[in-house]
Amino acid sequence: MARLIGPGDRVTVRAAQVSHHHRTPWFVKGRSGTVQAVHGAFPNPESRAHGGTGLPKRRLCQVAFRQTDIWAERYRGGSDDKLLVDILEHWLDRG
Amino acid sequence: MASGEHPPLRHADRSARATRILAIRALLIDKGVVGAAEVDDVVLRAQARTPADGAKVVARAWTDEAFRERLLADARAAVGELGYRLSHDAELSVVENTAAVHHLIVCTLCSCYPTSLLGAPPDWYKSFAYRQRAVVEPRSVLHEFGMELPDEMELRVVDSTADVRYLVLPRRPPGTEGMSEHALAGLVTRDSMIGVAEARGP
Repeated sequence: MARLIGPGDRVTVRAAQVSHHHRTPWFVKGRSGTVQAVHGAFPNPESRAHGGTGLPKRRLCQVAFRQTDIWAERYRGGSDDKLLVDILEHWLDRG
Repeated sequence: MASGEHPPLRHADRSARATRILAIRALLIDKGVVGAAEVDDVVLRAQARTPADGAKVVARAWTDEAFRERLLADARAAVGELGYRLSHDAELSVVENTAAVHHLIVCTLCSCYPTSLLGAPPDWYKSFAYRQRAVVEPRSVLHEFGMELPDEMELRVVDSTADVRYLVLPRRPPGTEGMSEHALAGLVTRDSMIGVAEARGP
């Protein structure tokens, strides 16, 4: 079985456009970052928002993106500046 | 009603919003999704907390190194030591500002906020302007709050998109050696725990 995504792993957020409720901000879709922490598993809001049970629970990963990778030259600040976003594991691919 | 049409607003916008909220509350109770007592309990719990509660946690972390470590590792358990029982709707994470790294908290999707330690969020925290600009141009936002970050300091904007609420542990101000925990708590502002300001000086 493949190892679970964990801290230090390089990941890319899926660029999927979905019409149901989801909590993956548009500005990180398709962007790559590094997993900073895994908060544990939580009921899936994509199911709960539409009357579902939220099960199975999904692991929630905090992913760190470099601001300049997201906003490119629009970003005014240091190249070390980061945006940390909590993203459910099923939105993440390795690499 | 055809899509794109809206019912005419008979009252000011605020009143329309209040009417909608009360209608949603009534529907949730009618359908048995929540009980009236449960709604009241959540409202009372939120109203019972103020930034003074978060400030007590910060002052303890400033004066007790072992507590600080426990707070950063497992915030729920650590604040429990001070008598704060967090509900299980959300987790709590405390992020520490240092000489090298500054944290700023935002919820870009709605207005998630550590209400269990700070009470209700300020209106600006819920505004579209803050929620958009805090991620795109956070240094300009900090400038408008009166904070100039040195270029070499790393700025981490933390977006609470899901089940974790974030509280900033601000830096202890210089010149506060020897101050009591109680006096230190008086220096910890709401804004310093969101990350748009430093703690006050002595």
